[in-house]
Amino acid sequence: MILLFEQLLNGLQYGVTLFLLAAGLTLIFGIMGVINLAHGALYMVGAFAASWVAIQTGNFWAGLLAGLVMAGLMGLLVEMGVIRRLYDRDHLDQVLATFALILIFNQSTVLIFGRQPLFTTLPEIFAGSVEIVPGLPYPTYRLFVIGVGLAVAVGLYLLINKTRIGMLVRAGATNRQMVRALGVNIRGLYTAVFALGALLAGLAGVMASPIVSVQVGMGDEIILATFVVVVIGGVGSVKGAFVAGILLGLFDTMLRAFLPATLQQVMPGPEAQALGVGLSSMGIYLMMALVLLVRPRGLFAARG
Amino acid sequence: MTRENLWLLVVFVALALVPFAAELTGQTSWTRLVGQALIYGMAAASLNFILGYGGMVSFGHAAFFGIGGYVVGILYHHFDAGTSFLGVIPGTDQMLITLPAAILVAGLAAALVGALSLRTGGVQFIMITLAFAQMFFFLFISLKTYGGEDGIMVRRTNSLPGLNMKDKATLYWVVLVFAAAYYLFLRRLVQSSFGQIIAGIRQNERRMAAMGISTYRYKLVAFILSGMGAGLAGALMVNFLRFTSPDMMHWTRSGELMVMVILGGVGTLAGPFIGAGALFTLETTLARYTEHWMLPVGILLLVVVLTSRGGLMALIRKLTGGRA
Repeated sequence: MILLFEQLLNGLQYGVTLFLLAAGLTLIFGIMGVINLAHGALYMVGAFAASWVAIQTGNFWAGLLAGLVMAGLMGLLVEMGVIRRLYDRDHLDQVLATFALILIFNQSTVLIFGRQPLFTTLPEIFAGSVEIVPGLPYPTYRLFVIGVGLAVAVGLYLLINKTRIGMLVRAGATNRQMVRALGVNIRGLYTAVFALGALLAGLAGVMASPIVSVQVGMGDEIILATFVVVVIGGVGSVKGAFVAGILLGLFDTMLRAFLPATLQQVMPGPEAQALGVGLSSMGIYLMMALVLLVRPRGLFAARG
Repeated sequence: MTRENLWLLVVFVALALVPFAAELTGQTSWTRLVGQALIYGMAAASLNFILGYGGMVSFGHAAFFGIGGYVVGILYHHFDAGTSFLGVIPGTDQMLITLPAAILVAGLAAALVGALSLRTGGVQFIMITLAFAQMFFFLFISLKTYGGEDGIMVRRTNSLPGLNMKDKATLYWVVLVFAAAYYLFLRRLVQSSFGQIIAGIRQNERRMAAMGISTYRYKLVAFILSGMGAGLAGALMVNFLRFTSPDMMHWTRSGELMVMVILGGVGTLAGPFIGAGALFTLETTLARYTEHWMLPVGILLLVVVLTSRGGLMALIRKLTGGRA
């Protein structure tokens, strides 16, 4: 029971990380119609910048700031240098150009930081754990991550539903051409949305950096899961990204935690272990296939 | 003989001479490199049929490539161990059985993936094909019997009656013949009425539907044919390298196949082969000088996508005045 509760919290923490990544990606998708495979690279940039600065200065908060600034700057650079030329291209060109960006980002990171993973230590206030329910001490830092994720969700909700920029974003996700025709400075909006997405990806990277191993290729692993979240949630829908992110985070964590052990009851140990791990990795993709078969546009498609 | 056929013959003869040239100059790795490039060319060409001619951006094509390879690997594994697959199908090392089996199984997998994926379109299609490829990838990783993450070593290349397949040059020529046959098959396919309908669907699916054509069925058949081609290429690759692993169907491999198609020229017959040759040569050459070869490849790819349309084939057309 306590194990289940702990895994639920882990799932929630993974879920908000996915949400932070997916929120930016789904907006970029929905508003500009660009498939950005390199979104995971911005996550990596955030994680590396934060870890490196944190190790150099010994200050987690300086790292946090550095991660956000670097990811945001890289996002601006990528938008102005590459993505801006892709708005009117077909999906194929977008996939390839951003695939090339992944190669460039990954290799540049290897050149700068090498292949060894970076390890950071947590600031003192997060070092301990909190006993949420009796008998379950849970690391404070992971709770902090969940809190930040939920706070961002609320912030994004307010931004998108209550402000003028949010109105443009919603309009853009519903009908891009119409917004352009109405004389909105679409280029400025595009750049702003892309930078916001990069910032959120960077934040996800910073938050994950003390928990996962910060190494080259970390973005490639999570970007596929993020795409699954975006597609299940419905392209362009931040609400969808939130629901699908949390859902998949929980689903994936539960499978990984309990499937191998369940299989071990019916199969010999090592094979059950391998099969369980493999099947758990397949889980989210299976879920996406199922959702798309029932609702080809995802759960909360912005475009009718 | 038309000018195009003459060109093909020249290229074929030149490629057939590669093992001799390698022998003469002492660069024995050439045979291996060109052979691999030819096989990648086949896989890219199979993808190009649905991507370039049919307008279906499949991001999971490496799955069929890998499945074709695994059929050869698994059949060899059982042949070697003297067991049988699922206790029913005995293993074999006869290429006349393994290749058709690989094509068949890859086709079945493509039928399953295509039937479900083609219900969506656009971004969703790209992502769902990627999702299916990931499922196959993790499935093969989890199969401990077949090596899990390490894959299967195929210690001896499949045998073909009357040929000494242990000889590197013989194996290369077998690959070359398959590649040439596949090229001619694709040319016939593209020019057929079926190919014309596929191209029509790319240009305007709604109009084709209005003409009374069941577009879903045509797209599905094209998808299956394409998957079968990739399966054949994968089966040849495992014979050529004597090794199969889940790495063959990693999603970056699907990306690489797309890169080859774009680099060479989308929707052209020779493009994917040229693209595969160019990318493969570039990678192996750069890898000799630096371990960071991915950086220049990435930059080059970015420049190609952003600045040119039509890839290397467009360049060749321009240089030869539109004749090739």
